[in-house]
Parts: sequence; C-alpha cells; structure tokens
Amino acid sequence: MSPSPLNGAEVVVKALVDQGVEIIFGYPGGAVLPIYDAIFQQNRLRHVLVRHEQGAAHAAEGYARASGKVGVLLVTSGPGATNAVTGLTDALLDSVPIVCITGQVPQHLIGTDAFQECDTTGITRACTKHNYLVRRPEVLARTLHEAFSIARSGRPGPVVVDLPKDVQFARAPYVAPDNIHHRTYRPPSAPCAAAIAQAAEALRVAKKPIIYAGGGVINSGDKASRLLKAFVDTTNFPITLTLMGLGGVPASSKQFLGMLGMHGTFEANLAMHNCDVMLCVGARFDDRITGRLDAFAPNAQKIHIDIDSSSINKIVRADIAICADAGLALKALLQAWQGMAEDKKKTQQKAQQKDLARWWQQIEEWRKRDSLGFRSDKKQIQPQEAICRLAKATRNRPVRITTEVGQHQMWAAQHFPFEKPRRWMTSGGLGTMGYGLPAAIGVQLAYPKELVIDIAGEASILMNIQELSTAVQQRLPVKVFILNNQYMGMIRQWQELLHGGRYAESYSESLPDFVKLAEAYGVKGLRATKPSELDAVIAQMLAHPGPVLADIRVDQHVNCYPMIPSGAAHNEMLLGDEPQAKVSDDGKMLV
Amino acid sequence: MTSEAASRRHAIAVVVDNESGVLSKVIGLFSGRGYNIESLTVCSINASDTVSRITIVTSGDDMTIEQIKAQLARLVPVHGIEDLSRQGEHIEKEMALVKIVAQGVERREALRVANIFGAKVSDTTLSSFVFNLSGSSRKLDAFIALMRSLGEIEIARSGVVALNRGEEVFSHHR
Repeated sequence: MSPSPLNGAEVVVKALVDQGVEIIFGYPGGAVLPIYDAIFQQNRLRHVLVRHEQGAAHAAEGYARASGKVGVLLVTSGPGATNAVTGLTDALLDSVPIVCITGQVPQHLIGTDAFQECDTTGITRACTKHNYLVRRPEVLARTLHEAFSIARSGRPGPVVVDLPKDVQFARAPYVAPDNIHHRTYRPPSAPCAAAIAQAAEALRVAKKPIIYAGGGVINSGDKASRLLKAFVDTTNFPITLTLMGLGGVPASSKQFLGMLGMHGTFEANLAMHNCDVMLCVGARFDDRITGRLDAFAPNAQKIHIDIDSSSINKIVRADIAICADAGLALKALLQAWQGMAEDKKKTQQKAQQKDLARWWQQIEEWRKRDSLGFRSDKKQIQPQEAICRLAKATRNRPVRITTEVGQHQMWAAQHFPFEKPRRWMTSGGLGTMGYGLPAAIGVQLAYPKELVIDIAGEASILMNIQELSTAVQQRLPVKVFILNNQYMGMIRQWQELLHGGRYAESYSESLPDFVKLAEAYGVKGLRATKPSELDAVIAQMLAHPGPVLADIRVDQHVNCYPMIPSGAAHNEMLLGDEPQAKVSDDGKMLV
Repeated sequence: MTSEAASRRHAIAVVVDNESGVLSKVIGLFSGRGYNIESLTVCSINASDTVSRITIVTSGDDMTIEQIKAQLARLVPVHGIEDLSRQGEHIEKEMALVKIVAQGVERREALRVANIFGAKVSDTTLSSFVFNLSGSSRKLDAFIALMRSLGEIEIARSGVVALNRGEEVFSHHR
C-alpha cells in the first residue's frame, strides 16, 4: 500500500471540511502547530482567533445553538485544554453539540509530565459526552467523523478529540464521513406508538392540563417548534417554557404563560402546581424548575418526553415515559390527537372544552396578578425597563440575544419576548458568568447580517472581556448591553434573603470605566445614567455599524422577582412585595 | 431523590469496548454521581480481546438502580447492560486467596477448617498456607472470619462475577 498523501494535521482539516465545518474557534500552541500549519495552507476553513480558550468554547456553543450545526474549537495541550473545560461543561449541561480538538504532547512523552502536558481525556471525562485519545494515525479520520456524529445526535453534547503531536505529523489514511456506523452508540429517535396513544388519551381527559417544554424542543430543530405550536393551537392547552426552551413557541401565543421555575411567572408556576396532567417535552425537571420536590405538581399525572432515557425518572417519576426525539414525539402525538375516531372526538372534546374554559378562567385570574410588573422611575433606570425598551427598539428586525449569568439574565428571560427558536442563547445548567460575549461572537459569525446583543451584567462581562478584541479583529458588530448596578446582583439578592443582608464581596468594587475600556479595545463605548437617556443610547448602539459596549447604569437595589426561594414550592413564590421573606433551614442548604 | 422504596443489592453486568479509559468512565460515573460500588470486576471476554465484561455489585432503591442503568447505557463504549438481580435466578461467585501464618494446633485447625469449606491449598510452608476458595461472598466472609481467629492472615479477593441461570445468552457477547 502506498503511503497516504496526507499527514494527520491535513486529515483533520479535510475531515472538518467534509463535516461541513466552515468556522473554527481556537488559539494556537506548541502541540497543535501542525494543524495550524495545515489551516494556513488552505482557504475553506475560517479560523477565528479568540483571546482565551474558554472564549473559544463559548463561541463554538453560541455558533452551534444559533445555527443548529456542530461548533468546533481547536486548542493546544495543557493550559489550552484546561481553559476549555468550563465551556465543555457548559455544553454538556445545556446539551450543545461541539467538537473540541486538543493538541497533546507526542506519545513518547505522555505520562512524563512533559511541558504543557495534562491528562486531557482524564480531565474531560466527566465534562464531555464522549472523548478520545487518538493513538494511531489509521483511526484518526474515523474518530473525527464519529466525534461529530456523537456530538450532534441523540441528546447533543461536547466531544473531545485529543491528538498527540506525532499523530498530527504521521502519514494518515483518509476515510470519508459516509458509512461510518458506530459499533455501540445507538441514540433513540422514534417514539413508541403505545406510549404516544396512552399520552394522547391522558391528555384528552385532562381537566387542568399544562405543557412544560424545554431545550429539547429547540435542539430537535425548528420543525419541533412548529409542531409544538400546532399542538398548542389544536388543543388550546396552556404552555410554559423553561429558560432553555424560550422561543420554542412564540412568546406572543395566547396560550403561553411565560417562563416557569425559580424566576418564572406567577401564572406559570401556579398552573404547574395545580395541573392534573403535565406534558413535559424535552425538559429535565431540574431543581430550578421543580422547587421543593415533595410539593411539585402534587396531583398531576406526568408525561415525560425526552431523548435521554437517563433524564426520565431521574428526579420526578413519569407516569408515561416516551424516550424519543421531541419533534418526532410531537408529530406522533399530534397525529394521535387528530386521528381519534370522529364521534368520540366530538363528545369528548365538548366535555373537555368546558373543563378547559374553567381552567383558563383560573389562569387568567393568576395572570391578572401581573407578576412581572414593575414601576418605572423618573430618576433611575429600572433594569426591567431597560430590557423592555431594548426589546421595543429591536422589535422589527431579526435579533439574537445572548446573556451572561445573574439578575440581568433572568430579567432578559422574563421581559424579552422570543418569537422563534434559536434567538436566545444563555448558560442555563452550568450558569457560567462570562458566557455571553464569546457566545455572541459565535452567533454573529453564524448570522453575520443579524443583530446580536449580549445582555450582560457589569460583573459577568469582566470574566471574558478580552473577547472584545476578537470581535474587533473579525469586524463583528456585536452589541454588549450592560445592566450595571455595581453589584453581583443575584449574589446580593441571596445574601438579603439568606444571610441577613451582609454583602460579603458582592459589591463590584473598582470597576473600570466601561466607555474608556471599550475605546481601549477599539469598540464604541456608550453610557446611560438617566431614564431620559435610555432610548437615545439604545438607538445609537443599534445604529453603529461596529461593536458597541453600552454601560447602562441601573437602579442598584432592584431585585429579581417573582422568586421561588430555595426549598419552597411553586405555590410559595415571593412576588417582591412581601415585608420579610423567610427561607427554611433546609432551603438554606440548597444552592 | 428521596424514596421510601427499600435499598436493594443488584449485580449488574456491563459489556464494554476493551479500550483504555473505558473502565475509568464507568467508575467515574459511579463516583461522580454518588452511587455505591460494593464490588467491581473486569476482564476481556472474547478471543480478540476487544470486548470486556464488567460485573458491578451496587445497591439502591428502584429509582436509583434504574438511573444507574440508564447512565451506564448512555456511555458511548457500552454495548449492553444486564441487571442480573432483576432478571431472576442468577449465579454469583467470588474467589479468595487466603494466607494464614500459624503453627501447632492453629495450623492443624486451619487445615481442618479449609477441608470443611472445600478450600484448596495453593501454597504451603512449615508455618503457613495459602488457601484458594471460591463460592458466594458470604461463604468467603465466613471462611475468612474463622481464619482470622487462627493466626495472622493476608487476603486477596477477586470481587463478584455473575451469570444468568438457564439457556439464555446475553446477546452483547461477541
């Protein structure tokens, strides 16, 4: 057999191109130089240089979540790999398909504590869906294709491919991506017909139904969102969405009750608490959703659709379990609903409509409580108002929002309406401060012509502020909209609730001048300090053709409500007007 | 998850790719998610040495056991999982090597006890034996307790291996 014309590094580039990759995020280093050399000598892959490997991982996540494609990052061994770990963990918890290629020291140095050596597959074992150490050039191409297939299929997630430098230099055969069948990996896809029929029947006799949908609907593809909307319209059932699911049905749908959970709306949480049949689609009953478990939807029959069988019966026992892709399950459910014998349909629908009308009447009562309501102020900008004005100013153009983590994130989730999926990219499971700016860069690269805004806090933005350089270098007009209250606001809110208002280290001391900081990076800096300046600053931000950092000085003392305090149930929400909220001792233990 | 359901012992067989890192994925899953491992054995089981069978003895309520199996199934290199305790009758065996250092009456008594248990002598000197005994873990426990009272001992145990009774073959073995 003649030797392969390609070396390992060239096989990497060819495999990426054949996988449809157009953009990769990365940072060079000694152990990946052969791959950088191969990238240098071609023009089909665009490399985006980040300023920190964590930024590469979040940018790949943002790209993946906005586009629905696999995001790719390339980092070196040792610190390159360890810096990417936060982003990998974030992608694991939020089910984001990314492939991370890490350089490794040559194999004869593995285990010798060589320069920039670390046990990458050991370190990333717990924060990836799967990882590989490629020991032989013959399996390189196949391994890369497998990595993409695992990252994007089933419940998506991050995959690491660790490549020793000698494998990058060695002659390596190439195989194309087609006809790669994995020996053991078989993700579920189609739902079981009997379970679907059972679910349709349970929903048909429901008096107080609710649909609770999450990121699984978004990950399944835009078709799943259309099917969900169709199901909601056909049944007229109320629906609530998780943080990860926002945009799964249009926020303007009349059946949409807003987000549920710790900072969800009064009507969504009470509907969850009081429902008799719950249809959970692509969500995983996480602690931010359920509140106190023994009081979670106590009288509900629960139907759980999830592509990951380990999510079913993990926290809440499902009465009807459907392990399948959300889109396929919704399609089957819609067909089952519509396909009932006509006569049976009529009589039953009539009965249900009466019950539904009563249920909606109750929900409308809860809605009247206007739990997201806030009072505008003439002197100080209210953070919620800043979000609402931003939403209003961007109403007529395609806009994609990313966020950092904290109060601003929850206000954005509550007050920014998302009409379509993939318009909202936020770190939900891991809660990674510093996610928003690099993610916005990834989103902007996926959609160069659309408006991309990172809604940030002044503390979070400093965690990956260096990525402004990336935005400038790549001429990406991302907008960073900082709700600056000079506090790690969510920390402070918890200290008020749990620790007697002792603000241990939660004041943002010694903040930079964000306008000057922006200018130092070559970014336009703007500031609004009074409500009267807000609209003009937003307009300026949107009109500027390049990247902008807007420092919005908001009321320092506003807290984020509604809130289900730790250890409390859905019907024990704080709405913000209680004189003194109490948290149980058990609740204090929770995070 | 709190549950009133009782904690039960389960022997679970996991057939995996025999590749470096796979065992650490399985063990890491147990430690990372706080599941208990009472015993774990692993060895390759096919002629080409490409597939291994891991036998794990763990305990938990029904929901935890179900979760353990689902989490194991999610690992990419896992071919298949069999919950032997759930599927009915199965055989569990363990092997122990027990060294006892003793002289005189204790030495003679050790040999007598070994005979009763059906243990074989694998090594001997004038003041020691190494016994080799296989059987249920409880049988091994009883034997070791008796030996301990007769002299200084050193023990190596294999951990539990388990197999279904009857003619059914776990199809993931190839």
